[in-house]
Amino acid sequence: MTNPVLSGLIATVVASLCLATNATAAGKGPEKEQLKLGFIKLTDMAPLAIAYEKGYFEDEGLYVTLEPQANWKVVLDRVITGELDGAHMLAGQPLGASVGIGTKADVVTGFSMDLNGNAITVSNEVWALMKSGLATDEKGLPKHPIPATALKPALEKFKASGKSFKMAMVFPVSTHNYELRYWLAAGGISPGFYSPSDVTGQTRADILISVTPPPQMPATLEAGTINGYSVGEPWNQQAIFKGVGVPVITDYEIWKNNPEKVFGVTKAFADKNPRTHIALIKALTRAAIWLDDKNGANRKEAAQILSRPEYVGADYRVIANSMTGTFEYGRGDRRALPDFNVFFKYHANYPFYSDAIWYLTQMRRWGQIPDGKPDAWYLETAKKVYRPEVFVEAAKELVAEKKANAADFDFTSDGFRAPTKEFIDGVEYDGRKPNAYIEKLALGLKGQQKIESGNVVGK
Amino acid sequence: MSSASSVKTVELPASIEAAPQPPSRPASAPAASGPRFPRVNSAIDATIRALSFVGLGFLKPIVAITRGEDPRAHMRQLWLDLGAPVLAIAAFLLVWSQVSQGIQTSLGTIPGPAAVWEQTKALWADHLVQREKAVAFYERQEKRNAGKLAEDPAADMTIRKYTGKPTYIDQIFTSLKTVFAGFLLATLLAVPIGILCGASKTFNAMFNPLIQLFKPVSPLAWLPIVTMIVSAVYVTADPMFDKSFINSAVTVTLCSLWPTVINTAVGVGSIDRDLLNVARVLRLSRTTQLTKLVLPSALPYIFTGMRLSLGVGWMVLIAAEMLAQNPGLGKFVWDEFQNGSSESLSRIMVAVFTIGIIGFLLDRVMLALQNAFTYGPTR
Repeated sequence: MTNPVLSGLIATVVASLCLATNATAAGKGPEKEQLKLGFIKLTDMAPLAIAYEKGYFEDEGLYVTLEPQANWKVVLDRVITGELDGAHMLAGQPLGASVGIGTKADVVTGFSMDLNGNAITVSNEVWALMKSGLATDEKGLPKHPIPATALKPALEKFKASGKSFKMAMVFPVSTHNYELRYWLAAGGISPGFYSPSDVTGQTRADILISVTPPPQMPATLEAGTINGYSVGEPWNQQAIFKGVGVPVITDYEIWKNNPEKVFGVTKAFADKNPRTHIALIKALTRAAIWLDDKNGANRKEAAQILSRPEYVGADYRVIANSMTGTFEYGRGDRRALPDFNVFFKYHANYPFYSDAIWYLTQMRRWGQIPDGKPDAWYLETAKKVYRPEVFVEAAKELVAEKKANAADFDFTSDGFRAPTKEFIDGVEYDGRKPNAYIEKLALGLKGQQKIESGNVVGK
Repeated sequence: MSSASSVKTVELPASIEAAPQPPSRPASAPAASGPRFPRVNSAIDATIRALSFVGLGFLKPIVAITRGEDPRAHMRQLWLDLGAPVLAIAAFLLVWSQVSQGIQTSLGTIPGPAAVWEQTKALWADHLVQREKAVAFYERQEKRNAGKLAEDPAADMTIRKYTGKPTYIDQIFTSLKTVFAGFLLATLLAVPIGILCGASKTFNAMFNPLIQLFKPVSPLAWLPIVTMIVSAVYVTADPMFDKSFINSAVTVTLCSLWPTVINTAVGVGSIDRDLLNVARVLRLSRTTQLTKLVLPSALPYIFTGMRLSLGVGWMVLIAAEMLAQNPGLGKFVWDEFQNGSSESLSRIMVAVFTIGIIGFLLDRVMLALQNAFTYGPTR
């Protein structure tokens, strides 16, 4: 440990020197070399761990310390206060912060960390009630994807015995929340509405959804506080190993190749340190390439690294279960799911405006955005937060340095993915027409609808 | 430990003005028989004093027995001081290893002593591995800096600190640093307040309700408030301390302040009236009264208070670190709990024992200091 006074002094001297030499240094090295990045113990933090372990950060002249955080709220708050320079974040967090859901702040992202990687797990008790009603294949195993309608017997049983059915997700603006709600709504079960007077999102809910930090999910399920949860890996596979629950559906089946975590920094940081931001994204992109390289041949090593206590820290076999191309639904029911964790393929790292807009449509659908907004507002908000130009710049530099192939990137994209119908309910999503999309969805607020004293009003 | 329990701690629930109980020196072991070899004996006496001074009083009977004094009485003392505790620890380990196998958690059975020892070694090995990595890190950095310098002689040559994870040993030191920072701050605040309360009835009446109000507040309640205030007030471009460090240290201060305040007040309040009368006759100035009379006679109380404060601070620190994410032992426990791997429980147990042992050692150090500053008829 070095003397903090001394290092503070040195840093001041260096900072003043930098000011003097700024003109010559611009466009070369990163403005800030010593960085602290936060993460949550989930397998999709892998690009950060790999970029560190493989020396990609150091190759860019960055000295990065990775620090696990207690929960998503802490991650966002510490990035905003500057205790962390950047962090592994939920895609909805920078957007939610920009719109002002919960905390209001300017957080931006130039790097989408992965696709898919989440699942929904129910307790053994609920699974026993669901199981009998499920369609089975020739081997007698349940057919996937399992629709949320399968939950109905359990819901009725709970209702009859006067208990409420509770599920957990990781954060109000998390992917997991929207995926869980999408799945339930597609099965005709109301996940409940948010409103300015109900920030818990339980108005008119058939299932009460609340927040639990990811690593505590299995323990909370085991304690019986919740009956199911929606979370990233390894916490679904952990439920199987601990024998406390059964994963019923992955997000890959709810929305094929959905965007998931992002690497978020404050707008102030991005504006002040553009070279550092690009350098970080270059290192992360190289890590993403490594993770998907050679058809996943590096995944075993990645799972080894992630199982260390300073990263995810769960046992290797638990992490490897979902990282190496398979997913275990129910004990022994292991199925091939090669795209469960995508870190680089399918332009996973490009921060598409259309991805941002999908999250915004879900925030509107469930009342986190209480009033209807025009289509232009959606694009404007997405552009405030998502910075494809930073990613493109980083990718171009990597190609020029021969650290990546130009063919793997789409340098001509206008920021929208092609419209897709690959959702569990088959509704087509086109990021250019958010309001038309909201109209097509089964449940949720549409047009100018609002929640007033517990009822949906307006149209 | 007889020496530990013989020191009276002064805790006053309702008022600071209750009758004081002066801290007594540890009762000495059975009286020594007549001196046969005066010089040797005086050396042995000095050893005994030194032993009890640093809190190793249980070794006294051994010294006495080697001297051939009243073996029966000393054997009994030895049994009480050393035999019984060791037996209890052995019994504890036995019960632990038996019971632990019977409890099945979702992370496997509760680890027994062997598994915990295994993890203790693993944590140490990990520390050594990290140190090697740090060396490699600095070598790489040197190389890179040399390359940068060759390219651009005016390049920024700051040596960056090792970026790897803090090891268990690092985390212990972070915790110690944090608790001492908080404790120091608490002492600096508490002693003057305590002196004011002890010296003036008005001050006492003013502070007493506040002290009683804040004393029972848990660190968990303080921390969110401290966090918000620190992040609002402590805004610098280049912070010297991590915010998480300040949050934990300030929380420790707020929780460990009270025993020192109360004990100091009692110490100052219970000064011998005769001494004050003498001072009045001699027309000593206020400052002289304070430094020559009040402080020396209150010191034993102040140290008793500080010893209690440090104990509270250490206990509170772990909770504060868990919440503030200050990279110390508390964060270690929290991270391992989150990991949920098959080794997590054993590692948490290692932390439990580390916390206990360090807490015990801190108490011994304070006891030694307390003895060193106790002046009085027994010294």
